[in-house]
Amino acid sequence: MQHTISVLVENEFGVLSRVASLFSGRGFNLDSLSVAPTNEEGMSRMTIVTRGDEQILEQITKQLNKLIDVIKVVDFTDGSGVEREMALIKVTAEDDNRAEVLRIVDIFRAKIIDVTPKSYTIEATGNPVKIDAILELLRPLGLKELVRTGSVAIGRGAKGWKG
Amino acid sequence: MKMNGARIMLECLKKEGVDTIFGYPGGTVINIYDELFSFKEIRHILPRHEQAGTHAADGYARATGRVGVCLATSGPGATNTVTGIATAYMDSIPMVIITGQVPTPLIGNDAFQEVDIIGITRPCTKHSFLVRDVKDLALIMKKAFYIARTGRPGPVLVDLPKDVQIAQTEFIYPETVDIRSYKPTLGGHPRQVEKAMAMMLEARRPVVYVGGGAVLGNAAEELTVLCRKLTIPVTTTLMGLGSFPENDPNSLGMLGMHGAYCANMAMTNSDLIIAIGARFDDRVTGKLATFAPHARIIHVDVDPTSIKKNVRVDLPIVGDVKDVLAKMIKQADKLKDKVAEFQTAIAPWHDDIAGWKAKHPIGYKNSTTVIKPQFVIQKLRELSDDDAIISTDVGQHQMWTAQFFQFNKPRTLLTSGGLGTMGYGLPAAMGAQAAFPGRQVITICGDGGVQMNIQEMATLVQNKLPVKIVILNNNFLGMVRQWQELFFDKRYSSTCMELPIDFVKLADAYGAKGFSTSKPGEVEKVIKAAFKEKGPVIMEFKIAREEKVLPMVPAGAALNEMVLNA
Ligand SMILES: Cc1ncc(C[n+]2csc(CCOP(=O)(O)OP(=O)(O)O)c2C)c(N)n1
Ligand SMILES: [Mg+2]
Repeated sequence: MQHTISVLVENEFGVLSRVASLFSGRGFNLDSLSVAPTNEEGMSRMTIVTRGDEQILEQITKQLNKLIDVIKVVDFTDGSGVEREMALIKVTAEDDNRAEVLRIVDIFRAKIIDVTPKSYTIEATGNPVKIDAILELLRPLGLKELVRTGSVAIGRGAKGWKG
Repeated sequence: MKMNGARIMLECLKKEGVDTIFGYPGGTVINIYDELFSFKEIRHILPRHEQAGTHAADGYARATGRVGVCLATSGPGATNTVTGIATAYMDSIPMVIITGQVPTPLIGNDAFQEVDIIGITRPCTKHSFLVRDVKDLALIMKKAFYIARTGRPGPVLVDLPKDVQIAQTEFIYPETVDIRSYKPTLGGHPRQVEKAMAMMLEARRPVVYVGGGAVLGNAAEELTVLCRKLTIPVTTTLMGLGSFPENDPNSLGMLGMHGAYCANMAMTNSDLIIAIGARFDDRVTGKLATFAPHARIIHVDVDPTSIKKNVRVDLPIVGDVKDVLAKMIKQADKLKDKVAEFQTAIAPWHDDIAGWKAKHPIGYKNSTTVIKPQFVIQKLRELSDDDAIISTDVGQHQMWTAQFFQFNKPRTLLTSGGLGTMGYGLPAAMGAQAAFPGRQVITICGDGGVQMNIQEMATLVQNKLPVKIVILNNNFLGMVRQWQELFFDKRYSSTCMELPIDFVKLADAYGAKGFSTSKPGEVEKVIKAAFKEKGPVIMEFKIAREEKVLPMVPAGAALNEMVLNA
C-alpha cells in the first residue's frame, strides 16, 4: 500500500543523501521525495511517498527515526493529512485540439503558464489522484513533457507538528 | 586560549578521557601529528596498517566499554579504515574515527588523496561529520563521542580538513550536549515490564535468548541475577557469550548455526522467548518459517529497528537492557510466591533440556596422534587466567573457541560477529592489551586470517604488548573448506593454502618468540612456555586438517535440523 510520510530533518550537510541511501541500501521503495526548508530555522521537511506492507512501513519509519538528523516522522496514510502535488505539463495544442485542452484545464482549475502556436504549458495543482486524472485526459492529445514535484503533505486540523 | 584545530581536536580527546589512540600519519593529518609530538597526555600507538588501527580501537572499546579512537590520513588512509568501521558498525561498537581531509577549498576537485570518506562510510557509520569551520570542532567532537556511546552504540566518523586543523580559535569544550533529533529511549516502560514478567511467569517452556546488547549495555550482572532468581534457561549468541556464565547450570551455551543441540532444541520447543539485546540474525534463527513455532516473543532492545525486523514480536520493550532487567528483578521480588510456583511448574522443561544436553553434548573425539583444535581450546581455558581476554579471527577456530572455551565473564571475548571479518583477531587483541597491560590477552586465529594483519607483530613488539597469538593451523581456509566438503562434493577450490609458513621464523623476524608443535602431547607444554614469556608470542598448533565444526545447521535449514556428526 502507498504511504505518504513527512520527515522533519535538521538542515545539515548530507542529510538528503542519508535519507536517500537508507532507502536504496535497505531496498525500500521510493516513489517520490520532495524537500525544502521550513519556517523554522535550520529545519527542512521532506515528504516521501513509499510502498510496502505493514511490517516494511514500520521498519521505514523506525529506520528514518534512527537517523541522527531526523527530528520527527509522521505517516499521513490514515487520512490525517492533506496532500498536494504540482505538475507542469507541456501538451501539443494545434488547431482542432486547442479548445479541448483549454476545456480540460478549466475543468481541473489548472492554469496555462506558457503558450506557443503549437503548444500549451499547463500548471496543475491538486492531490496526486487529480494530477493523474488530468494527465489521463491530456495524454491522447499529445503530451510532450511532464514535470511533477512529488507530493507535499501537512497534518489536518489546528495543531502544528509539535502538537 | 586560542589554539589551532589540530590541538583542539587533541584537547577534546583529553576532555573525553581518551588515553590511547591508534593512528597512522600522512599529509592531511601532519598538523595533528605535529601537535601530538609534544602532547603527552595521550598515548599514540602506530599500527602497521590503518585497518589494524581501526580493529585495535574496536578491541580497546569492546574490552573496556569505552569509546575507541583511531586516526588516519585522507584518501588511502581513510579507505583502509572502512573494513574496521563496518566491523564495528555490525557489532555496535562505540568508536570515533578521525580522518584527515584535503583543505576545504579543494574538496570536490579530485585533489591529491581526496576521497569522499563520509559518502563511502555512510552505510556503516552511526553518524558522521565533516568539520568545515574550526569554531564548530569542539561541539562536533562532543557530539561524536555522545552519539558513539549512547543508545545503540556505533562508530562515528569525523572528517577534518587540513585547513581546519590549521585555523585558530578559542577552545571551549561544551559541558553538555543536547541534540533535539537524537533522544534514545533508555528507560523501559514500567507497564511493559510488568506485562513481560506476567508472561514469563505464565510460561512453561521459557528461554532467555541473549545477544551482544547485554554485554554492550553492561547488563551481565542484572541478567545473571534475574535468570538465577527464576532458574530460567539461558542461551546466548556469539556476541552474547560472557554475559551469562557458561558454567552456570542454567546455561545452554551458544545457539544458532554452530550452537549447542540443547540450545537450538530449547528455542524450537519453547513457548516463550525472552530476547535481550539480540537481533534474530539469520545465523541464529535458521529458516524463519520454522523458527520457534510455538513461542510468544518478548523483545527487549535499545534500538527500536531491531524489534519486529525479522520475527513477529508479542511484547516489545524499547530501552536500555540494564534498566529493563533491573526493573524485572524488582518485579520478580514483588512476586515471590508466583516465582516459586513458576519454578515448580517448569521442572519438566528442565528435564527436557537435561535430556537434550545428555543426548548430544558439545563434544569431539580426541586423538593421541594428531592435535584436535577443540583440545587446544580446552587446554587454553584450563591454563589461562580467569579474567583473560580472548579475541578470535573468523573461521572454524572462532566457532571452536565459542563452543569450547567457556566464557564466564562479559567483555572477555572479542570477535567479529556481524561482519565476520578475517584479520580482526590480532589487532583487536592488540587494542585490548593496550587497554589492560597487566591482563592476559590471547588471540585465537586461523592460518588464513592471521596473515591478513600479521604485520601487527611489529606493533606488538615495539609497544611491548605481550599478546599471546594462537594459530590453529590446518593449512586450509578451513571454514570454507568445510562448506565445500559438505555441500560441494569436496571440490576444494582455492581453500588449500599449499605454501606452508614457518611461523616460528616469522615470529623471530619480528623479534618475538615462536613455538610450534604437531604433537598432542606437547600442547600443554607449549601453552605453559608461551604464557611464561614476557613479550608477544606465536604458538602454532598444526591441527587435524579436515576437522569440522559440528553441530551445524546448514544455511537455510530449520534450527532443529542439525548435522550432528560427520
Ligand atoms: C576478509 C574476509 N575474507 C573472506 C572471508 C570468508 N571466510 C570465512 S572463514 C574463512 C576461512 C578462514 O580460514 P582460517 O583463517 O585459516 O581459519 P579456519 O577456518 O581454518 O579456522 C574465509 C575465507 C571472511 N570471513 N573475511
Ligand atoms: Mg585455517
